[in-house]
Amino acid sequence: MEQTVILSIESSCDETAAAVTVNGRQVLSNVIYSQIDLHTIYGGVVPEIASRKHIEKINQVIRKALSDAGQTLDTIDAVAVTYGPGLVGALLVGVAEAKAIAYAKHLPLIGVHHIKGHVCANYIEYPELEPPFLCLVASGGHTHLVRVDDHTHYTVIGRTRDDAAGEAYDKIARAIGLGYPGGPKVEKAAHDGNPHAFEFPRAKIDENPYDFSFSGVKSAVLNTINSYKMKGMEIDDKFRNDVAASFQQSVIDSMCERVVMAMDEFQMDKFAMAGGVASNQTLRAALKEVVESKGGTFYCPKPILCTDNAAMIGAAGYYEYLNGKRDGLDLNAVPGLKLE
Amino acid sequence: MVFESQNENDTYQLGLQAGESAEPGDIFCLDGDLGVGKTVFTAGFAKGLGIDTPICSPTFTILQTYEEGRLPLYHFDVYRIEDPDEMEEIGFDEYAFGEGVCIIEWGKQIAEILPEHTKFVTIEKDLDKGFDYRKITIE
Ligand SMILES: Nc1ncnc2c1ncn2[C@@H]1O[C@H](COP(=O)(O)OP(=O)(O)OP(=O)(O)O)[C@@H](O)[C@H]1O
Ligand SMILES: [Mg+2]
Repeated sequence: MEQTVILSIESSCDETAAAVTVNGRQVLSNVIYSQIDLHTIYGGVVPEIASRKHIEKINQVIRKALSDAGQTLDTIDAVAVTYGPGLVGALLVGVAEAKAIAYAKHLPLIGVHHIKGHVCANYIEYPELEPPFLCLVASGGHTHLVRVDDHTHYTVIGRTRDDAAGEAYDKIARAIGLGYPGGPKVEKAAHDGNPHAFEFPRAKIDENPYDFSFSGVKSAVLNTINSYKMKGMEIDDKFRNDVAASFQQSVIDSMCERVVMAMDEFQMDKFAMAGGVASNQTLRAALKEVVESKGGTFYCPKPILCTDNAAMIGAAGYYEYLNGKRDGLDLNAVPGLKLE
Repeated sequence: MVFESQNENDTYQLGLQAGESAEPGDIFCLDGDLGVGKTVFTAGFAKGLGIDTPICSPTFTILQTYEEGRLPLYHFDVYRIEDPDEMEEIGFDEYAFGEGVCIIEWGKQIAEILPEHTKFVTIEKDLDKGFDYRKITIE
């Protein structure tokens, strides 16, 4: 079998990342420089700092990815890069870099959709996985339930109508005073809390039962906090843990319900998770259980492939490459890039 | 002007009216605590401009643009922006001084770079009047 070595670059938000992959599934290197520590100081993503850091780090990250893989710019076959969706300033850094390399070395350039990248992280983790399958991509900025029809075609079945799942975690963390990033902190607090202490809503959207809505849960959590305070009660750890656990339970329930419905309606027995929120062990365990109880197979990449990384962009880029996708040097960053 | 909103739909309708009468170059600065209804107001506003796409929270992406309405809509959430200078990077001036309408959640954080004609929309809860009550001041 012919070997296609791809250098891939990802810089759509917090992470500056580069990787070298072979035939989409074999990872030779996967280098991630995260700005998360920097952001913790500021309490969130700081776009200007984010792009400046991307510029400072990108060359170093690419050099390391190549050397870890034992490759050079002369031994790779193509360059893949995330061109959307994301923060425009951040995306541009990766796109400009990829174009420069493609131009200088006369290499094919492949623009990759960030969410497709997340989905394809599963191909790296599971060499045997082939479409069609269902995938739930949940991160700070995205919540998409998609049907992966083949290696390059996706159908969005449901998406969030307001806040993304990861965003909801961040906001709940803020509301109960846990700090940023909210995902791991809420999960940890939830571990010691009672998931049935409070009944938070599991919102349904009439128009499309597969769509998600997390703004109602946010509201219910805030109301619970306010009524607690109005009663003159102190926000202590037990309360925080119970709110975190009950919130997480409502997220789990809304996800599980939609996944079960989709497996039935679309006759799918394979279900994969992807995106930063998929690193949440409690969520993974709950979805695994529900998928397996229906006789299905559950897939979820290891956390390093769930967060933003470039190996996943290499995997998605490889299949786009096989499908004949070639971008010109006029490739631009598209902050609001659509999936379909 | 002060409005009283009893529920989500009241806030949506108020946004819708503002959207219907919006003019090119308008800028709305939207403030109020976490989960007070800034995105709900914006969703109504977008509908008022004739935009049918659901409005998602731009907290993570900072900016979401919608071109399908009567006027282009630039929906910002600058919660994560610390320093107004950082707005330059995402091309704020081009949006603010363009032909579209800007609506900026947590806009007070970048108050110093907002043009003079900016309209300020402040949404506040008053728990004594119920959890769903909101006082909305537009000036
Ligand atoms: N009178 C009201 N007006 C608006 N929203 C209301 C009202 N009463 C209750 N709500 C609820 O409050 C929530 C408002 O959420 P929304 O995401 O619009 O807030 P936000 O101010 O944009 O929050 P964030 O700070 O997270 O951006 C919704 O869940 C909505 O149903
Ligand atoms: Mg909002």
